[in-house]
Amino acid sequence: MQFRKILLAAVATTALAFVPGADAKTFRYAFQGDAQSLDPHGLNETFTLGFLSTVYETLTAYDGDMNLVPQLATSWEVTSPTVWRFNLRKGVKFHDGGDLTADDVIFTWKRTLTEGSDQKVRGGLISDVRKVDEHTVDIETATPTPTLARELTNIYIMDKEWAEKNDAVEAASPKTAGRENAYASQNENGTGPFTVAEREPDVKTIFKRFDKHWGNLKTNVTEVIFTPISQDATRVAALISGELDLVYPVPVQDWDRINSAPGAKALAGPEARTIFLGMDQWRDELLYSSVKGKNPFKDARVRAAFAHAIDLDAIKAKVMRGASTPSGLMLAPQIAGYSKDLNNPYAYDPDKSKKLLAEAGYGDGFSLTLDCPNNRYVNDEKICQAAAGMLAKVGIKVDVFAQPKSKYFAKVSTQNDNDTSMYLLGWTPGSMDVSNVLDNLIVCMDKEANKGQFNYGRYCNEKITPIANQVREETDPAKRQALVDSAFKILQDDVGYLPLHQQPLSWGVRDGVTVAQRADNVLDIRSVVLP
Amino acid sequence: MIAFIIRRLLQSVAVMLVVGLIAFSLFRYVGNPVDNLVGQDTTLEERIALKEGLGLNDPFFVQFGRFVVNATQGDFGFSYRHRRPVEYLIAERMPATLELSAVAALMALLIGIPMGVYTGLRRDGVLSKVFMALSLIGVSLPTFLIGILLILLFGVVLRWLPTFGRGEVVDIGWWSTGLLTTSGIKALLMPAFTLALFQMTLIMRLVRSEMLEVLRTDYIKFARARGLSNRAINFGHALKNTLVPVITITGLQLGSIIAFAIITESVFQWPGMGLLFIQAISEVDIPVMAAYLCMIAFFFVVINLIVDLLYYAVDPRLRVDVGSRGGLG
Repeated sequence: MQFRKILLAAVATTALAFVPGADAKTFRYAFQGDAQSLDPHGLNETFTLGFLSTVYETLTAYDGDMNLVPQLATSWEVTSPTVWRFNLRKGVKFHDGGDLTADDVIFTWKRTLTEGSDQKVRGGLISDVRKVDEHTVDIETATPTPTLARELTNIYIMDKEWAEKNDAVEAASPKTAGRENAYASQNENGTGPFTVAEREPDVKTIFKRFDKHWGNLKTNVTEVIFTPISQDATRVAALISGELDLVYPVPVQDWDRINSAPGAKALAGPEARTIFLGMDQWRDELLYSSVKGKNPFKDARVRAAFAHAIDLDAIKAKVMRGASTPSGLMLAPQIAGYSKDLNNPYAYDPDKSKKLLAEAGYGDGFSLTLDCPNNRYVNDEKICQAAAGMLAKVGIKVDVFAQPKSKYFAKVSTQNDNDTSMYLLGWTPGSMDVSNVLDNLIVCMDKEANKGQFNYGRYCNEKITPIANQVREETDPAKRQALVDSAFKILQDDVGYLPLHQQPLSWGVRDGVTVAQRADNVLDIRSVVLP
Repeated sequence: MIAFIIRRLLQSVAVMLVVGLIAFSLFRYVGNPVDNLVGQDTTLEERIALKEGLGLNDPFFVQFGRFVVNATQGDFGFSYRHRRPVEYLIAERMPATLELSAVAALMALLIGIPMGVYTGLRRDGVLSKVFMALSLIGVSLPTFLIGILLILLFGVVLRWLPTFGRGEVVDIGWWSTGLLTTSGIKALLMPAFTLALFQMTLIMRLVRSEMLEVLRTDYIKFARARGLSNRAINFGHALKNTLVPVITITGLQLGSIIAFAIITESVFQWPGMGLLFIQAISEVDIPVMAAYLCMIAFFFVVINLIVDLLYYAVDPRLRVDVGSRGGLG
């Protein structure tokens, strides 16, 4: 018989003993789902990675304002276009007491390339990691990669000795799950400010402060209790009832309710995720439309007509409670490569829209289906319905086909041959850099080269591809920005996409709790200060 | 008797096969699990390889056949999401659901039967009218709404009870129970009541109408003529004779309680099998969905079997029947 309560009490006492003089401060928070695994290379997904930042650390990291800052590396320099030298922080301890050395960095890189790893693309940017001395490594990339320091914010450093001892030298993939390499998905040994004291996947995870952490952190939290709560209403109720210190996301419709409740408030801010509409521009005939024998979206005038028919400010006011940022660019301001001068939304002008449709030969309008997720982005289905209503005014009859994200992506994704005529999608580049946006959404789709995988409408302008290739490798910031701007100019002139807005972050916090609300929707416990 | 039980168990295998078959034919429409298993930077090539590796490109009958062959060996596969064997996950979650269901069923019986008897005996009493009105609410309001209303009242406004979760649990061997801690019991109250409410009103109405029926029969009049006390008549004779349909309904409803705990569990974030199933649906975790559906089918078969056996205990006529007819159910 094992009494978890007693065990907990024992752990709590020891934790207190380790942090002399500090009050026990427990931070309780909830998200809508749980991290899939503790394996830091098992899944490249925002929440899982953010969750793991509590226990694992990376060479480089983002602060609360998304500035790139040193973490396990103290400094870095580019010694040749393809070689970066990273100086590792000295005196860093893993949770089991091991020291961080150059060998751990090399091991981590090799692990990201193992079969079960979901960081193979990032690991693959690197052609070699060389040990210079115990606390210095040279990282060589296959081609010049100006974004390397940003990409590395997603690669958590693991302990070579620990992994070897516990048969965890390969990342655990769903295919090999449980049969092998499972140790690292259920146990951790990071260098982060907290250790995992107890974990029941999908139920509860308890973190304890790691007393040998190298940093002098802002947070006064000594214990973290994380609970996934899937229902929005339950999550909000748990915050208002005072049981939790922070919950996210909360529906924007609930902001008033949270703010009017004693002791809680809604925390909103701009997210780096851009929401946009895409159009099938490659099929000769649309799959879901009344137009037969041709594809109206191949005509730039039709695409422009759609752009001018959608009132972004109305969507902001009516659907997003004034909290979105209407956008004319497929990039959020927080993304490296953003250009304020190019961020001009297409003007709302239904008359112009009608004229363009008439010129293109669709004066009587036509009908088509808009695919839309209903549980992926903030008010995603409502945005689609609003857009459909606006398009109806210029004679385009839009049927909104909203589905849960699993079904939606199964339908429209490239793996299913982009079975859609028009769709709503949102994008935050994992590297927080423009190159990722160009390569995934804007260049012509090339499955062999892994380009344009999320360009579901297969917009294609041959002039952009060489520019994107240069952007990927250009190290001079001014030249790079000029290239980026030229690519987005072409895209805007083509009306390749219909950008809508950057959606708001929507968290709920207890009064007195301060936290940095990062634009990538990551909760970094390092920034949490309890009253 | 034994032949009867064995035959029913064999039937349960057929039922589970059919449920599995239907389930597998539906899995093609739930989405592509690969989208949930990799991040956005993963290449198309890898996605295709992963789908192939998980056997999702095989024809439907091959997938189903593989599932059946493995399941007969006690291997239900690995959860895509948790990356652990499905049977472990279900075993971990089962105590939470069974505790919730058992407490809900008990609540339904212990409150529903006395209310039914009372409303049956005092048809025109004010309290009876109140009970009947309340029971209409219980039957007609959807479970999730009742759950949310309870959370608002007892969790947010009064702050007496926790709004989510199971509280502190104590492990006894492989079973985890929340019944031994105060926070566990407090956490159990709202979900159990939410789950019980529909059954409670159903049982109450059933007992009431059966009571009204039985109280009109000749043997009750005869018992009164014999001068038996009201108590003996109402509970010894009348109530006992209303119990056969009550047992049937309660038994069948127990299966529904376990199966429909899904909604209550997701409203209260109760970490049981239903929540596991809901999460499996949203993440397209096919092995978990398949195992859960087959297990629920098995529960229903077993519960029906127990109900049939209970008839013998309650109704002596059936026992004679069985002897003469050689165990037909």
